[in-house]
Amino acid sequence: MNPDNFLYLSIILFAIGLIGIISRKNLFVIYMSIELMLSSVNLVLATFSRVHSEHDGAVIALLMIAVIAAEAAIFLALIVYLYKNTKTIDSEAFTQLSHKRGAK
Amino acid sequence: MSTLLLLVVFLPFLSALVLGLTYLFDTHKRVNEKFYTILGVAVPILVTILSFVIVLDLMSHSSTTVVTAVAFNWLSIDSFHIDLAFVADPLSAVMISFITFIGTLIHIYAAAYMSSDQGFGKFFSYFNLFLGSMLLLVLASNPIIMFIGWELVGLVSYLLIGFYNKEYENVTAANKAFIVNRVGDFGFIIGLGILFVAMGDNGFTFADIKENIYAIDNHTLTLVGIFLFIGAMGKSAQIPLYVWLPDAMAGPTPVSALIHAATMVTAGVYMVARFSFLYNEIPQVGEFIAIIGVSSALFAAIIASYQSDIKKILAYSTMSQLGYMFVAVGLGAYSAGIFHVFTHAFFKALLFMGAGAVIIALHHEQNIFKMGSLKKALPLVYITMFIATLAISGIPPFAGFFSKDAILNHAFMSEHYTIWVLGVITAFLTAFYMFRMLFIVFVADMKNNHIEHKALSKALTYPLIVLAIGATFAGFLGANEAYGGSDLFKSFISLNDINYSISHSTEYMLGFVNVLVSLLGVTLAYKYFRTSPQEPLPNKRVRTLIINKFYVDELYDRLFVQNLRSLSNFFNKTVDEKLIDGFINNVVHLNLYVASKFTSLQNGKIQHYSIYLLSGVSMMSLLLIYILEVR
Repeated sequence: MNPDNFLYLSIILFAIGLIGIISRKNLFVIYMSIELMLSSVNLVLATFSRVHSEHDGAVIALLMIAVIAAEAAIFLALIVYLYKNTKTIDSEAFTQLSHKRGAK
Repeated sequence: MSTLLLLVVFLPFLSALVLGLTYLFDTHKRVNEKFYTILGVAVPILVTILSFVIVLDLMSHSSTTVVTAVAFNWLSIDSFHIDLAFVADPLSAVMISFITFIGTLIHIYAAAYMSSDQGFGKFFSYFNLFLGSMLLLVLASNPIIMFIGWELVGLVSYLLIGFYNKEYENVTAANKAFIVNRVGDFGFIIGLGILFVAMGDNGFTFADIKENIYAIDNHTLTLVGIFLFIGAMGKSAQIPLYVWLPDAMAGPTPVSALIHAATMVTAGVYMVARFSFLYNEIPQVGEFIAIIGVSSALFAAIIASYQSDIKKILAYSTMSQLGYMFVAVGLGAYSAGIFHVFTHAFFKALLFMGAGAVIIALHHEQNIFKMGSLKKALPLVYITMFIATLAISGIPPFAGFFSKDAILNHAFMSEHYTIWVLGVITAFLTAFYMFRMLFIVFVADMKNNHIEHKALSKALTYPLIVLAIGATFAGFLGANEAYGGSDLFKSFISLNDINYSISHSTEYMLGFVNVLVSLLGVTLAYKYFRTSPQEPLPNKRVRTLIINKFYVDELYDRLFVQNLRSLSNFFNKTVDEKLIDGFINNVVHLNLYVASKFTSLQNGKIQHYSIYLLSGVSMMSLLLIYILEVR
């Protein structure tokens, strides 16, 4: 099996995730885009592990899956919390870090 | 002896420090005036005794013995050392003896004059500092230490002239004194610098300079002599740097007495006498000094004849007498010059303290035309002032006659006839304006004299008596053979005078001329001001000119002050505000503008931030690819 195809797939997945982060406003969609990008990276790791027939990449990919699972819990909890406070999950509503003080 | 010498210099500084600190920390005015008086007067008395001991010690030895004292090594550069060292040779010993003696009397007088003043402690602190600075100046063993004293004297005179600092005019007068002195001091330090370079590695004490003076070429010496004299012009109030002296009358009267009699103004004359070995090498500069001296003497005498403020008259008379001293030191009669400094100290201190007593008695009235017939009210002040006036006018046997006679004789014998004639005219004017003042203040009947007189305390009057005795008899110390003396003063201080042989008959003739012109001046003053004097009105052109002091202040104001001010304004308004501030403001505005553009990037939107992040990472990746040359 040609490893190039796996790499193309992961590039496509990563690009989809990136476009999702940039163009969508829904926090859930942004979150899913991030997950997609992480998965594409995992795919790259696994591919190269296979190409070089070493297991380092596969081990790191497994570790990352564990980390992503933990991150998912925190991320979803945060989104729920934000929704409870502001009744919205539109990312444009959270602009407290802008240079204008108090801007929403 | 050397320990005593150290004490002479350091005691006044020490007591000034103690008094000053006490005054500073005594914010609630708990410390009694008595404390300040006792400490402030005891130290000068002690220093006077020590000085007399030193003078007597020097007298008992041969004329070449000197007392030296090294306090510590002040500056040490490689093999070059400057010690804080003091030398009491006959010249400086004579100076310190009368400086401390008259200084002490003025301190006692000041204790009464300044009593119940708010700044009593401050005043005595300054006063002791003044005395100490002058002693440092006089006793210094090298010109650099002398310069420290020179500057300290200028500083303290500034502090004391502006002592009543609540009033604007006084502060201005103090500033004027300080700034004009600074001009002179600049000349002095240039002179020292040239001398220092010319001396090379031969050391820089007065003794070293004296030994190696022949190695320096005449041009350099001329420059040094002129620049040092510019310093003396400032300190000793000679044309053209005299303008501060009349304004310095803003200070309390004891300050005027101290500045004019014992300290400060005599520093210039002393400096020239101290460098007598240098000025002997350059007689052409000496002549220049004498010309400046005699023109200052005449100029001041003319102005003094039309003044109506008692202290201003005395100020101009000081300038005039200083002119005589510079004639003497310029023409090489150093001992005669110092002798005039010595006698002048007595009668000028007496005149100022008498004037101060009159001013106190009349509740701070200074216009002589508002005084009059004080003879009965203040008999003691009248008699002592009369003696001082006789002394300054050069009437024998009072002190001023002998010293002034010695100076004028020297001018005559060295064939500077113009200077001699101008000196004699000044002598005439001196007698005229001094007796004019005396007659108007004490003798003449004034119609508008309703002022109640205040009683004078003993501390105000007793120093006058002591000084009157001095003004009467001090002259005999320097009387030469023609007048039955033995030239004690001259043979004691043994400076490198240029001597001329003079027959007794010529001397009597010249002395007669001096007395005659003085008596003429007295007669003229008697004629015009004995009965009902009128205040001079500026109704004639010449008189207007003289009353306005030849418009010299206005001229200086136009030439220097206003030009300097417009230059400052130019720098303030144009260069600073437009150019420098403008440049900085533009930089600030540019920054603000750029920043406002950049802040719009930080809008808090996640999407935008992720784009920045993405582009940043992309850039870095491209860069890495480029650097690592990955194909």
